[in-house]
Amino acid sequence: MPIVTDSGFVFADETDALLSLDAMLSGGGDPAGGLEIANDTDPRDLVPHFEAVGLIAVTFPNFADGRGFSLARRLRALGYKGRLRAKGHVISDQYPMARACGFDEVEIDETLAARQPEQHWLAVATRSGHALQARA
Amino acid sequence: MYRYDEFDDRFVRERVASFRSQVERRLSGALTEDEFKPLRLQNGLYLQLHAYMLRVAIPYGTLNSPQMLQLAMIAERWDKGYGHFTTRQNIQFNWPKLQDVPAILEALADVGMHAIQTSGNCIRNVTADHFAGAAADEIEDPRPTAEILRQWSSGHPEFAFLPRKFKIAVTGSPNDRAVTKAHDIGLRMVRNAAGEPGYEVIVGGGLGRTPMIGKVIREFLPKADLLAYLESVLRVYNLYGRRDNKYKARIKILVHESKLETIRAEVEAEFERLMAEEAGPTRALSAAEVARIEAYFAPPAFDDLPDSDAGLEAALAADQDFRAWVKTNIVAHRQSGYRIVTVSIKPIGKAPGDASADQMRALADIAERYSLGELRVSHEQNIVLPHVRAADLPEVFACLQKADLATANIGLITDIIACPGMDYCALATARSIPVAQDIANHFNSPALAAEIGKLQIKISGCINACGHHHVGHIGILGLEKGGIESYQITLGGDATETTAIGERAGPGFAYDEVVPAVRRLVDAYLALRTDANETFLQTYRRLGAAPFKAALYPADIGGSGSGAGGGWPKAKAGPSLSASAQVQQAAHSQYVFYHF
Ligand code: SF4
Repeated sequence: MPIVTDSGFVFADETDALLSLDAMLSGGGDPAGGLEIANDTDPRDLVPHFEAVGLIAVTFPNFADGRGFSLARRLRALGYKGRLRAKGHVISDQYPMARACGFDEVEIDETLAARQPEQHWLAVATRSGHALQARA
Repeated sequence: MYRYDEFDDRFVRERVASFRSQVERRLSGALTEDEFKPLRLQNGLYLQLHAYMLRVAIPYGTLNSPQMLQLAMIAERWDKGYGHFTTRQNIQFNWPKLQDVPAILEALADVGMHAIQTSGNCIRNVTADHFAGAAADEIEDPRPTAEILRQWSSGHPEFAFLPRKFKIAVTGSPNDRAVTKAHDIGLRMVRNAAGEPGYEVIVGGGLGRTPMIGKVIREFLPKADLLAYLESVLRVYNLYGRRDNKYKARIKILVHESKLETIRAEVEAEFERLMAEEAGPTRALSAAEVARIEAYFAPPAFDDLPDSDAGLEAALAADQDFRAWVKTNIVAHRQSGYRIVTVSIKPIGKAPGDASADQMRALADIAERYSLGELRVSHEQNIVLPHVRAADLPEVFACLQKADLATANIGLITDIIACPGMDYCALATARSIPVAQDIANHFNSPALAAEIGKLQIKISGCINACGHHHVGHIGILGLEKGGIESYQITLGGDATETTAIGERAGPGFAYDEVVPAVRRLVDAYLALRTDANETFLQTYRRLGAAPFKAALYPADIGGSGSGAGGGWPKAKAGPSLSASAQVQQAAHSQYVFYHF
């Protein structure tokens, strides 16, 4: 699965290492390899685990469902400093938004990557999602 | 007025470039139609019944003469020579070609305008009192707040994919001309006990298929906390608003279903977290930034003038038409010797809110010469010249007459709000513009309209209520029943600070029964009012709906055709609905509003 970063696609074979929230809360594995959460997760439940979690991936079931953006902002507001990934149906036009909300990277599937290749993402990577705020 | 600096300019130019790229990527298949749609909508481009429609933002309804000239140019070059001013202080072009849209957006950017977020599930164009900066009753100018919100909400990375659209309105006057209680968030500028400026924050109002009056979520919000607080409201809404049903996705439903107290607690908790954040993107609403924006809205250089003018008095005495126009279309200005002129874009029998390129140019020219270059668009779909010298009124009237813009009907029965309806809108279930035209034609006698006095009729072509029929003194909602248009009438709505949702009167009326029905209501009012000073709404509030319902559904008519011509039936006292009317009412229950 391609991971989109500011410098382009990175191919990492780590997806099966991600723990589910239930598995982590029931002590069923080491979250150091990463945790995957749904976009309706209450981030307050995760606060005690922030130090132990190596990566949090927030799933985007559909690009039009913007909950993940607010969840990312909440995780950052609650003090999460680790790696944060948007995973699923995120389109290239949303990359600057994801970055501005606190995500470090985006994970998409092969089909989407074929439709929206690396240069589409690089073209917007440096664009501020919110130029009017750049002034403040 | 606000003027774009290099940041604004870069932002709108980037948006044009990204829209160009989105169109190309849609054509290449990189974007699916589903993915392209919200991107297109967030750039103001709708797919309508016959063609694309481009909705251009007029932030808080303020524009200058060069901007109005540019709109005229766009109407002529890329549309059919006219534009339509909307109830949200926008202008719509109904016939642009998709391939021309990027060029139109460039032309808008050239005069500091855009079409960003005039559609889609995002924060929409922020509206404000159209008399801002001129109104005699104003506590504080709402435009700096609205401009700050425009900048904050435009391209906000977190709130571009909300459960549903989100509308914000601001007023700085106790007389609410911005309908703040019918918005997702309404802001009223107030002072606290210590005299400090801030906002009363109202949440969860809205019209549409589930009309609700907004509730106060925060009695007093200090000015500096505005963005952090609104960000908290939006975040709570983005996370918890319903996404399973688009008709239940507005924040009013969340507030209703989760209860105001719960939402308030969530918002306050989020607000505290935000304020505690070290460097959140939103917290920094610095005094310097506020001052920078406020400076753009400093009062223009008014002359020191006596309030009355001999020439004006002479013209008033000499010219009856001028006198009628001054009576209806002029209100007091905060500055001595100035007046606020409202130009009616509702000439009798024309589509409400439509203006031709020639009329736009005439308005730009009159504003340049007589209104310090400023114009406003009101949510009643009229154009305001905010700063006209009293002494110039006769000349302004003469210029408006030449441009066919001198209709003296502001606030009267022929000053009708109507949505585009079946003539343009893909969602419409009935015509709405032709109904407005028929009513205006029926009451076209200026003497009769003046006798009737203040009366707002608002018409929507489907339950989405873009014509604000719920808050019309008389509201008309066009539905479709078995392939035939059926018009429901609501009574007693109010769009001001005493907001009220109109009450449904009873069974619907066929298209050609609407004018007679309105006539019966008007006749009932004229017969029932204490004197000419009691308005329709006041009479309705004093007596309740019963006598008006009786007039609408006299027993001998029974809700079916009342016949054309002849004398209209007069109001009768209290007959109950006829059997056939009751049957018809039952058949209408599928359209019952959810009044919770
Ligand atoms: S009320 Fe209905 S018909 Fe009228 S503009 Fe809105 S969606 Fe279209």
